[in-house]
Amino acid sequence: MATTQGTAAPVAAGVVTAGRRRRWSAQGRAEARFGLLLIAPAMITIFAVAFLPLARTFWLSLWSINLRFADTPRRFVWFENFAQILQTERFHNALWVTTRVAIVSLAAELVLGMLIALVINRQFRARGLVRASVLVPWALTTVVAARMWQLIYQADYGVFNRILYDLFIIDSYKPWVISPQFTLWAMIGADIWKTTPFVALLLLAGLQLIPGDLYEAAAIDGASAWQSFWRITLPLLRPTILVASLFRLIDVARMFDLPLVLTGGGPGFATETLTLYTYRVLFQNLQFGLGSAVAVLAFLLVVLVSFIFIKVLGAPAGRDARGV
Amino acid sequence: MAMSQPRARSGAQSGGILRNKTARLVLDRGLFYLFLAFFVLFCLGPFIWTLITSLKSEGTLYLRPTLYWPDPISLESWRKVLTLERFTRSILNSAIVASSATLISLTVGALCAYAIARVRFPGKNLVLALVLGVAMFPGIAIISPLYLQFSDWGLINNYWALILPNVTFTLPVCIWTLNAFFREIPLELEEAAKVDGATRLQTLVRIVAPLAAPGVFTTAILLFIAAWNEFLFARTFMSRPEMLTATVAIAGFEGADVATGTPWGEITAASVIITLPLVILVLVFQRRIVAGLTAGAVKG
Repeated sequence: MATTQGTAAPVAAGVVTAGRRRRWSAQGRAEARFGLLLIAPAMITIFAVAFLPLARTFWLSLWSINLRFADTPRRFVWFENFAQILQTERFHNALWVTTRVAIVSLAAELVLGMLIALVINRQFRARGLVRASVLVPWALTTVVAARMWQLIYQADYGVFNRILYDLFIIDSYKPWVISPQFTLWAMIGADIWKTTPFVALLLLAGLQLIPGDLYEAAAIDGASAWQSFWRITLPLLRPTILVASLFRLIDVARMFDLPLVLTGGGPGFATETLTLYTYRVLFQNLQFGLGSAVAVLAFLLVVLVSFIFIKVLGAPAGRDARGV
Repeated sequence: MAMSQPRARSGAQSGGILRNKTARLVLDRGLFYLFLAFFVLFCLGPFIWTLITSLKSEGTLYLRPTLYWPDPISLESWRKVLTLERFTRSILNSAIVASSATLISLTVGALCAYAIARVRFPGKNLVLALVLGVAMFPGIAIISPLYLQFSDWGLINNYWALILPNVTFTLPVCIWTLNAFFREIPLELEEAAKVDGATRLQTLVRIVAPLAAPGVFTTAILLFIAAWNEFLFARTFMSRPEMLTATVAIAGFEGADVATGTPWGEITAASVIITLPLVILVLVFQRRIVAGLTAGAVKG
């Protein structure tokens, strides 16, 4: 849209006479000034609260700063923090936890979300009710969701144990969030519950944009439902799937509330995600230089993932994909 | 006779097919609604369970196996939590932070979105890229300098320490969604206003804003939910008990351990209370929220 507007101006200017062109460009300048004035508050906010602090995080990551002892001198240490972090096992662990959560959650959400979207992509009664219940897990505070699942998973009086036991799926109660064997999966389960409905919603909206005649034509050509899914639905849904995946991966990179409240990152560090680890280096160990270095790495990771999605896989750049 | 026989047979056949079809349709319908019921239960289950638990009495909360239904139904946990000053105060804090952030973000975002949608100015694509960049920002990447900065400015334990980051991080959604809604307003109306001698700012305030009101409202809901749910900054920049937001209060409702002894009655009641505003918003405005959420994401 911006490009069409941008090209419209020179064309229009080219048509008018020289005298009017000068007036047009004066008008154009007034218009540009007006536009810049309108975006100024938003841009100032974004710079002051996001981009400047980000630059400062990079700067802090080159220092050795310990806030625990106020009189500890701050030392400029170049890339020592990064060298140290990259050799820290707990950092590797956090990366590995985050990667596993990302892969498993994303795969489950896409498959389940697609299934749900395909099934409810038709006219039926109680649409509003279904839509509202889909939105509940999405709208719910993550901390509250974590609390709910903590209670559900509880080893003795948790309802998850009772249901599975009553259905003869398990023969004894399991400590879902305390045992290293289950914890990560329990956390992933809670995450899938919270985000699958949203993914389904996005995919459903994408499905509804696919013209019905495509399926009719395919049916006339003798395509099976399976074939039209692979040949029509999936390719046309590709942009939606890529955008949804990108959003979800970035969310996992930010994952903090869920492990902190549900498992405390434990047992041991079994569910300590990248953000939780960074947070602890910063605000538990009060190592601000080192913590900033981890934060920088986390940021670069998000940038890398976004870059791969947008440039390599060709995902439309986020939500303004509509061609702004 | 020779003619009617095949006809009769074909009649019987089509009757059979018809009955088969009806049977299949009924089966299909039945399976479909069964799936729907299962899906709705999957979505709402944990919330319903939390509600049920909040209505259990102290004596039945920790039974093994747990009771599927509260017996007796007890309002004890609700009474406890509603008289817990620390909690009611945290709800007030959340409300102040979330509504201020929403209002500021809407104002600042609406100006920017309007400029992007309707005004020709240089560097528009750069602005969009920057806004998009903020949307992908992990909050953890800026928390250390913000903490130092807010400490210097004496903003720790001050509402502004939460309002500022919340405004910043809700701006991208605000700008995208509003931009989509502004585009839907017919350009002719604005041109008519221009002909009538209205300035651009007047046009924005008198013509565009009222017409975009439903979109602005939808956006406000999205922003409010995001700000209400924010946790990372709230936990970091507020430490005095009377300044905590509801999310932080719920997270810290106990000793650190997951083991027994957790006051689940209070936690579940508190969870239902802070979720209720969201559930009501979602129930009442589900159509709009879905429209707002999916507006940009799928039309690529």
